[in-house]
Amino acid sequence: MQLTETLRARRAEKDILLMTHLVLGYPSLAVNREVVRQMVDNGVDCIELQIPFSEPVADGPVILKANQEAISHGLKVRECLEFAAEMAATHKIPFLFMTYYNILFKYGVEKFFKKAKEIGIQGFIVPDLPPEEGEEYLNLAKKYGIAPVMIFAPTSTDMRMRELAGYGEGLVYCVARRGVTGAQTTFDAAFHDYLAHCRAATNLPLAVGFGIASKADVEVLKGKADMAVIGTATIRLVEGKGPEAVGPFIAGLR
Amino acid sequence: MIKPGYYGQWGGAFIPEILYETFRELNATFARCQADKTFWQEYVELMSTYSCRPTPLTYAENLSRHFGGAQIFIKREDLNHTGAHKANNVMGQGLLVKRMGKKRVIAETGAGQHGVATATMAAKFGFACTIYMGEEDVQRQRPNVFWMEKLGATVVPVTSGSRTLKDAINEAFRDWVANMDTTHYVMGTVCGPHPFPAMVAWFQSIIGIEARKQIMQHFGKLPARVYACVGGGSNAMGIFQGFLDDREVELIGVEAGGKGIATKQHAARLASPDASPGVAQGYKTMFLQDSDGQMCDTHSVAAGLDYIGVSPILTDLWEKGRVRFAAATDAEVMAALDLTIKQEGIIPALESAHAFVHAFKEAGSLSKDEAIIINQSGRGDKDIFTIAHAFDDPSWKAFIREKGKQYAAD
Ligand SMILES: Cc1ncc(COP(=O)(O)O)c(C=O)c1O
Repeated sequence: MQLTETLRARRAEKDILLMTHLVLGYPSLAVNREVVRQMVDNGVDCIELQIPFSEPVADGPVILKANQEAISHGLKVRECLEFAAEMAATHKIPFLFMTYYNILFKYGVEKFFKKAKEIGIQGFIVPDLPPEEGEEYLNLAKKYGIAPVMIFAPTSTDMRMRELAGYGEGLVYCVARRGVTGAQTTFDAAFHDYLAHCRAATNLPLAVGFGIASKADVEVLKGKADMAVIGTATIRLVEGKGPEAVGPFIAGLR
Repeated sequence: MIKPGYYGQWGGAFIPEILYETFRELNATFARCQADKTFWQEYVELMSTYSCRPTPLTYAENLSRHFGGAQIFIKREDLNHTGAHKANNVMGQGLLVKRMGKKRVIAETGAGQHGVATATMAAKFGFACTIYMGEEDVQRQRPNVFWMEKLGATVVPVTSGSRTLKDAINEAFRDWVANMDTTHYVMGTVCGPHPFPAMVAWFQSIIGIEARKQIMQHFGKLPARVYACVGGGSNAMGIFQGFLDDREVELIGVEAGGKGIATKQHAARLASPDASPGVAQGYKTMFLQDSDGQMCDTHSVAAGLDYIGVSPILTDLWEKGRVRFAAATDAEVMAALDLTIKQEGIIPALESAHAFVHAFKEAGSLSKDEAIIINQSGRGDKDIFTIAHAFDDPSWKAFIREKGKQYAAD
């Protein structure tokens, strides 16, 4: 799959890749546009565009608020798709959609895949869709050549990880700890042990997210994972210091 | 082949990976308890000593005469310990938690009845307890907040989204994904990911088992119709299960009509044309959502019915035509409440009063040799502020002003 190959090629040249995340429409698509430009200019390898949903259960307070404000300002899924098309056409790196299943379901799952393929989106992350419920989704992912990103958790057994890896493409998203997005993660022995289990379960690139916010955090992942995922940290940064602060922050992470 | 946890095309378990093992354990424990006859015996024993089961089936003689049609019977879930049917589910799940060896329980609550029941169960079984409650519901169900705190629970007001039941469910999930090793989430209704709909329906089936036996004893034949209010659908599923196989018994679920279906300020998922299929909060059902799949703000005078989704089991029964759905407006609810209090000396919860509205509309058109049952899911004491306000009660207002003055002077 295209995403897997792109990430492997980039990984061959760098110790660790960076995936960043933003919530579309928060604080506005105009600010999103500037943030993406700064991210790409400063070398991020992959960007996760979150299409807001009113019930983002896997997200903590910062991303929850971003979702709800974007929706209350009237953001429509149609605008998210248009914006994503523009980003994918403008920038050379892979873009993924992160969202909750109801957004696909309501749009029409096949229609959504078709549209995403058309606009150049390379993968989906849908945290509330386990493979057991995703038969149609997984078949369509194959049909349209979009990577269905699987999620590993610290509670996943080795058997479960291998099972998940069998469904996945592109990369595996390893949730660094229990809980929702936004809180701190401690990189203790248990964490390193968990990453070793993730590594043993799949050859797909491993991305680690939840609580990764600094150069030191990224450093910890070198040699153990392929990609660090920066989520809440940039949203906080944009809230506090504006989109101009994103470039220097990203540049300082590696 | 139908997948486990599906009712027709509805239900499922749309859970994040982090909870996969937790659900595996929960499913296994639930299956073991269902297979173990002594578990149900232990449950019934607990409910008959700690709560007031079997709850009575009351013949509402005055209301029956008033409407001049069917004989009206009221199943008295309000006489459960803590004042609502919620205790059935909660004590059952409490026994399950003991078997799983967890030490903390969390729950969402709308009307506060499920929260009070969970806090009570936690106090009795020695569990730590946190209750999530929408900020709007904290305001309108203040007496229940007071009791939860007195029972030792931490009550967390939820300020995100519409600040009602759905947001409380989201927050409970956020707690659970961080603390699943020690904590069980006591889901309060027949919604959410499998096995919750099946589990809650099982514990609540005790209502219908009793009601069927009682109506045969008191009336000698099955009722023509059974009415229950529907928030998530647990009290309705509870009583309906007693009559599902009796095709001649018509089952009617009554949803919140709020300010009227035409105003869009309601919570009628199945009785209005406004809901559509969706997947949220872990399950697939009919949701009140916009064309993008964003959930709508709902409205009801009854916090316990003010919710975007409805049990996948009920959606299936609705689709198959086994359960008929209707809606009652806030104004109709107040009138039915007033009448029931005056005629029978019984004070239903605002939620339960929705079922009374529809039973009252139809009772007169049935013959005197037929019976209907209304499930009174809870008592109205918790609603004293809302009801007093709705009736614009002058002496209550004077009392509150006086109390306010005293506290201000402290
Ligand atoms: C008294 C009472 N009745 C009904 C309900 C609605 O819930 P369900 O539809 O699950 O019975 C509630 C919920 O809080 C309640 O407190």
